[in-house]
This record gives sequence, structure tokens and C-alpha cells, in this order.
Amino acid sequence: MSQTNTIGDTIFRAILLLAAASILLIVTAIIVMMTQNSLPSIRQYGFSFLTSSEWNPSAGLYGALPFIYGTVVSSVIAVIISVPLSLGIAIFLTEQASVRFGRPIAFLVELLAAIPSVVYGLWGIFVLAPFVREYLGAFLQNYLGFIPLFQGRLTGIGMLTGALILAIMITPIITAVVRDVLEAVPTTQREAALALGATEWETTRVVLSNAASGIAGAVVLGLGRAIGETMAVTMVIGNVPQITASLFEPGYTIASVLAANFAEARDALYFSALIEIGLILFLVTFVVNALAKLLVIGVTSGAGQKA
Amino acid sequence: MENIADTKQTNFASEQKARNRRRLISSLMTTLTAACAIFVVGLLLIILGYIAVRGVASLNLQFLIDTPKPVGEGGGIGNAIVGSFLMTGVASLIGLPVGIAAGVYLAEYGDGWFGHIVRFVADTMTGIPSIIVGIFVFTVFVLPMGRQSGFAGSLALAIIMIPIVARTTEEMIRLVPKSMREGALALGAPNWRVTWDIVLPAAKSGIATGAMLAIARVSGETAPLLFTALNSRFYNFHLDQPMASLTVQIYNYATGPFEIEWKMAWAATLILMLLILIINVAVRYLTRRRF
Repeated sequence: MSQTNTIGDTIFRAILLLAAASILLIVTAIIVMMTQNSLPSIRQYGFSFLTSSEWNPSAGLYGALPFIYGTVVSSVIAVIISVPLSLGIAIFLTEQASVRFGRPIAFLVELLAAIPSVVYGLWGIFVLAPFVREYLGAFLQNYLGFIPLFQGRLTGIGMLTGALILAIMITPIITAVVRDVLEAVPTTQREAALALGATEWETTRVVLSNAASGIAGAVVLGLGRAIGETMAVTMVIGNVPQITASLFEPGYTIASVLAANFAEARDALYFSALIEIGLILFLVTFVVNALAKLLVIGVTSGAGQKA
Repeated sequence: MENIADTKQTNFASEQKARNRRRLISSLMTTLTAACAIFVVGLLLIILGYIAVRGVASLNLQFLIDTPKPVGEGGGIGNAIVGSFLMTGVASLIGLPVGIAAGVYLAEYGDGWFGHIVRFVADTMTGIPSIIVGIFVFTVFVLPMGRQSGFAGSLALAIIMIPIVARTTEEMIRLVPKSMREGALALGAPNWRVTWDIVLPAAKSGIATGAMLAIARVSGETAPLLFTALNSRFYNFHLDQPMASLTVQIYNYATGPFEIEWKMAWAATLILMLLILIINVAVRYLTRRRF
């Protein structure tokens, strides 16, 4: 090989390497900048930042517990609603529907993921919130009103509406991953089950148990998306930093407190406290996403060949 | 003898019963999963239907040209459309080359430890809330510059694009058959010429669809623009000034106190959704023809 060829290769490869390294650089820079900017708040409040439920910037009180609570409650409810729905769609698309019928449905479900968050927010304010107020919330209050979850003032704007919007938004994501995972289960397993006289549903259950860790990964991924979802939740959850048992009352999430307040944070400590909240959000979603990826990799790369 | 025949008969009957029950459960579950699919597709149609009906009701040409005005004097989203296109364009100019180059690296040289780390971090980064990117760009770019700007918004969008484009590019390049590379190498072409002249052209349409999906994704982003590009009431072509965008405008109109603003939010949403739907359907059409 001539000298010019190797020089060309070296330069080309160096440029590509630089681009690939930029991804690591960005993530590192995000962690460094956010840690640095949240230091004043961390020094001032330490661990009590996470355990105090008093959030009153004008009084200099910064406790992030209401946001953590709101994020956990809204995301968990969203996952509980979305998982059976997503599993149902994924099973229908991979195990039952014919290709001709399944493809358009798969495309339409994927299209849900293409709708921007702010559009879900708009729809949430003007369609879903009135629906929750007039029908769903009223129904729950009438029949299950003895449970504290369904007591309180019903305005349509609140935790339940936020969770419902989140459930719609994470359904296409969970569905897509579960589909990938189910498709990775070898066909021979389905044939074996059918040959033993299993019904269609019993066969599906065999497939599901083989894909269990991948499905868990899909659920965790959906949870990660729900935790980080910002605009739609900000628009329908009510943005009141409080901890109440009622799902009808307004709440606040980590992501929505950032969206609603970051632009106005002139005070140095307020700014730092918000960045610390952002840092928590970043670390939590990073860990959750990494976990989801590890769970899904196990099924889609390993199990496929093994059996 | 007759007794044995009798028990056999009853055994057969109970087996038959159990089988019927199992079949019933099976068809019940099949119906349920189909119901899930129909329910979610129905939900999509309801959402799109509301956008179409309410959007069309308040859409007119003047609305597409005008800038926001005080409530009661009309107003439009002309400057927001321009801002969105400008910022998405600049973001693509930065994000696409870097993302594609990173994807080529992952596909061609990414089988070592470094490639695995980059791949893993890129995948994890696509799940990071976009508002984090907005805060990051605010601290490293807006604060030092002293003000929000269209370029800061573009930068935030570009950062969101890079890992998405990198991963789709990598997947598309890995689809190019090894024999094509080997043929070129056997003719004496250096590695970089093989990648540039053989592999990239072969994966061209796949990379382009990945890029289009990334553009569709960032054109719907709101959170990273809130603190970086802010908003503007005027037509603005200067990237060093605060800039309006469709998404931030929708957010402001939707959360505003007046009904006329809500109507404008629906109309602006219709425009945004048309843009995103066209890209998605086009990508679908292109990939359908290829496979």
C-alpha cells in the first residue's frame, strides 16, 4: 500500500472518531456543568433537599419532595395503565394478525410516538381534561369515592389527567420494544407448543415467559420516558407543589417544574436548586434507560440463537 | 367390561369439556388483544380528528403570514413558521454530519470497547428528557452569550439529533453486503475510499430516511427551546436574536387565558402535524419500496 493511502485512512478515521467521541463529550459535559451549577444548592441544603416538602422560592425554601412524589405517582400510574394495553397490541401484532392487516396497525401505533409532546398537551387541556372532569372522574367519584385516591375537588386538571396523557404517550414505545422482543423468540418454540396441543393463547404464554426479561426492559424503558416527559404533563397536571392522596388534585413533576420556572429563576440559589432538580432527573433517566437497554439486549441478542 | 367402557366415555366427556374451556379462553384473549389494538388506533384517530377539525376551523391565509398581535387584533404564526424552519435547518447542518460520521465510525470501526461505550451512551442519550439538553445549552451557551438566541435553540436541537442519527446510520451501513467492500478493497482502493465511494452511496437512502425521522422528531420539540431560543413577536432572520418557533407558540397560545388564543393553538398544531405526518408517511413510502 502506498503512503498516501494510509495517511488518507488515518485522517478519515480520525474525523469519524471525533464525531463518535462528541457523543461521550456531550454527556460528560452535561454531567459536569449540571453538577457544578447545582453545587451551591447541594452545599446549602444537602440531603434535606430531597426530603423536605416545602417549596417556596420567594421564602428561600427549596424542598424537592413534591416533585419527586408527583413524578413517581404519575409515571407509575401511566405504566400500570399502559403495560397491559401495550402487551395486548404487541401480542396481537406479532402472534395473531396477518402481515397485511398488522402492518398498517403497527404504523398507526408508531404514529402515536411521532406526535409532539406539546400537541398531546393541547389535546390534554381541551379534550382529555374535560372528559376526566365530566365522565371518568365523576364516575370514579360516584362508585369509588370512599377511596382517598378518588376524593377531592374534580377540575379535570390534575394528577390523573397527567398520568392518562403519559399512558397514551408511552404506549407506542413499550409496544415497539415488546414487539421486537417477541419477534426474537424462535418460531420453533411456538411450533413445539402447538404440536403438544396447546391453544393459541397457551402458545403465546410460552412465548411471553421466554421473553420475560425483554418485556421487563420495555416496561422500564416506558417508565423512563414517563419520568422525563415534560411539556404535555406541564400543561395538564396543574403545577401545584403539594403531596395529596387524591388523584384529582393538581400536582407537579420534576420535569414540569423545570419547564415552568427555569426561565424566571433570576436568584442564584433558586437557579442552582432548579439545576439540582435537573441533575436528579438526568441521573434517574440515565440509569433507568441503561437498565432497560441491558434487559432488552439479553433477549434480542442472546436468547434468539440459544434455543 | 361395560363398566370400563362407561368410565372411558365419561373421561372423554370431561376432557372434551376442558378442551372447550381452553379454546374459549384462547379466543377470549385473542379478542382482547385485538380490542387493545383497535382501542389505541381509535385513540390516534380521535386525536388526529380533533386537530383536523379544530385546526381547519380557525385556519386562514392571513394567520399563516401574520405575527402574534395583542389579543383581539388577530395575529398569526408567520414568524414562528420561519423560526422553526430556520432552527431545524441549522440544527440539521450541525447534527446530521456529526451524527452520520459517528454512525459510520460505529459501523466500520465500532466493534472494540470504545465503540461499545459510544453505542451504549448514544442509546441511553436518546431517552434523556430533552429539557435537560435545554438546560445544558442554557448554562454553556446562553449564559456566556448573555441572551437567548436562535442559534442556541439550534444547538440544543442538534444535540438531540446526533445520537438518533448515529444509531440509524450505523444500522443502515451494517446492511451493506461485505462482498461490496471486499470487491473494492481487492481492486486496491484504500479503506476511506471504500467507505466514501462504495458503502455510503449504497446506504444513502437508508441514511436519508433516518435523517428525515430525526428532523421530524426535533421539529416537534418544545422543551429544549423554552430557555434557549425563547420566543419573539417579530419576523427574525438573525440567529443571534431570540427566535419564535411553532411549538413554543403552541405552548403559549394553549396555556393563555383567551379563547381566541386556544383557537390559534389548534390552527398552529394543524400546521405542525401536517409537517410531521408528511415526513413520516414519506419515510414509510420510501422504506416500503426498498424492502
